[in-house]
Amino acid sequence: MIRDITLGQYYPAKSVIHQLDPRVKLVTTVIYVISLFVANGIVGYAVATLFLGVVIKLSKVPFKYITKGLKAIVLLLVLTAVFNLFLIDGEIVLWRWGIFRITDQGVRTAVFMAIRLIYLIIGSSVMTLTTTPNDLTDGLEKLLGPMKKIHVPVHEIAMMMSIALRFIPILLEETDKIMKAQIARGADFETGNLIQKAKAMVPLLVPLFISAFRRANDLAMAMEARCYHGGDGRTKMKPLHYESRDKTAYGVVWCYLAVMILVGRYFT
Amino acid sequence: MAIKVKNVNYTYAEGTAYEIHALKDINLEIPDGQFVGLIGHTGSGKSTLVQHLNGLMKATGGTIYYNGKDIYGEGFSMKELRSKVGLVFQYPEHQLFEIDVLTDVCFGPRNLGFSKEEAEEKAKAALRLVGMKEEYDRRSPFELSGGQKRRVAIAGVLAMEPEVLILDEPTAGLDPKGRDEILDQIARLKKERGITIVLVSHSMEDVARYVDRIIVMNQGQVKFDGVPKEVFRHYKELEEIGLAAPQVTYLMQELKAKGAEVDTDATTIREAADAIENWLKGRQG
Repeated sequence: MIRDITLGQYYPAKSVIHQLDPRVKLVTTVIYVISLFVANGIVGYAVATLFLGVVIKLSKVPFKYITKGLKAIVLLLVLTAVFNLFLIDGEIVLWRWGIFRITDQGVRTAVFMAIRLIYLIIGSSVMTLTTTPNDLTDGLEKLLGPMKKIHVPVHEIAMMMSIALRFIPILLEETDKIMKAQIARGADFETGNLIQKAKAMVPLLVPLFISAFRRANDLAMAMEARCYHGGDGRTKMKPLHYESRDKTAYGVVWCYLAVMILVGRYFT
Repeated sequence: MAIKVKNVNYTYAEGTAYEIHALKDINLEIPDGQFVGLIGHTGSGKSTLVQHLNGLMKATGGTIYYNGKDIYGEGFSMKELRSKVGLVFQYPEHQLFEIDVLTDVCFGPRNLGFSKEEAEEKAKAALRLVGMKEEYDRRSPFELSGGQKRRVAIAGVLAMEPEVLILDEPTAGLDPKGRDEILDQIARLKKERGITIVLVSHSMEDVARYVDRIIVMNQGQVKFDGVPKEVFRHYKELEEIGLAAPQVTYLMQELKAKGAEVDTDATTIREAADAIENWLKGRQG
């Protein structure tokens, strides 16, 4: 259940996409998201599909793995589509039943909105699948670096993010272990009504919270023992450097955005 | 014949980049009343195997029989199996959650459908069995020491009165005194209740004194299976897979290499002392 969310789960492989600088991938993802909202016609979405397809192909991540992340948003997807379908007014009414009616504009918006959401999730999944959480936060820290001037604690935010990301698999594993231990003692997490199910969570949540606090405490102690004192004057073991492939990638991405803007203007 | 494992295979994350073949064609029989030591290096598959025995994990191939019944068969109650085969996890104290010791130990029997009074009776019996005095019954489990917490957690499984008790590294992280106490209590339990016990460990020294049989696992397979002294004869191969025989085995082997005709099968210090005494007497006589 919890395992289905691929967001923040690295898929190890050797590919061009994996080797790119994390900053390139972050910027690309943001540009891709923008481009999805610039597109408003079939041609635009075709270009976006082509771009995404090529990136997925290059990344060598199995397609099945990428779409796993979609399971978590199926409900959201269906809801958005349904609302758009019934609530958008258009000129041609395709179907009518009482107060419900579907118009051509409604169908159009519903389909495009669904595609947008799906591509959004797939696009960001590709980024997290091809970048280790550590690289990701490193890239983020570097990208947001200029904000230090206006006293935004960039380093601290990046550190908190990487710790949080690091702890996701640990806590998942811990949950699994405690769950199994309580099942071995006859606990039942599956049957019963909502209240019974909520009550059944107590033997899981109490130990989980205790262990999370214990781990946080241990980690803070370990960091202090190694003289961690925040970001001031801290150097990197592996500083980020742009390679020629990163520059090429930037070129490709900006060209893609230009194409999308042109397509959005002339093909509607 | 209580537990029979037949051609069991288990693969983690099948079909992904993280695929691990954790169990490879395991065949085992654990008869009633046996005290079994399951030994293996970290990642040898021993924890995975014991989680199959009470149905927490489902084999990707093969079957497991409990008292002759296929546990994957239709109509087989997993809940009943879990009440018969008690499993104490590694660091079991991490599963404590109730407001006091007694209520926590009651959790198991209450889940099995016993009334509050019956559950408390069983819980109290289990707590006394692991050596927890009555004065601790109403204390919060989080106030106790590490060793005490662990005993309470073991009592939590014992209170369900299982026929088979599996303990996954029950002594991990305990000091030598705490370790001996826990192991002695398990051995006493075996004597008093006559239940089957499977003790998972990576330390030969710990189990050699207590068990009737040792199963050594390596890379998802059963490497050796036999009475302790038989297994310890392979002490060189054991070393190759990252394990070690008890120190007395090394001592006796060395004595023999130096020309002393001692019995190298001694597995405990007591036995070793007797063997040396015998040899000395034989030499004098």
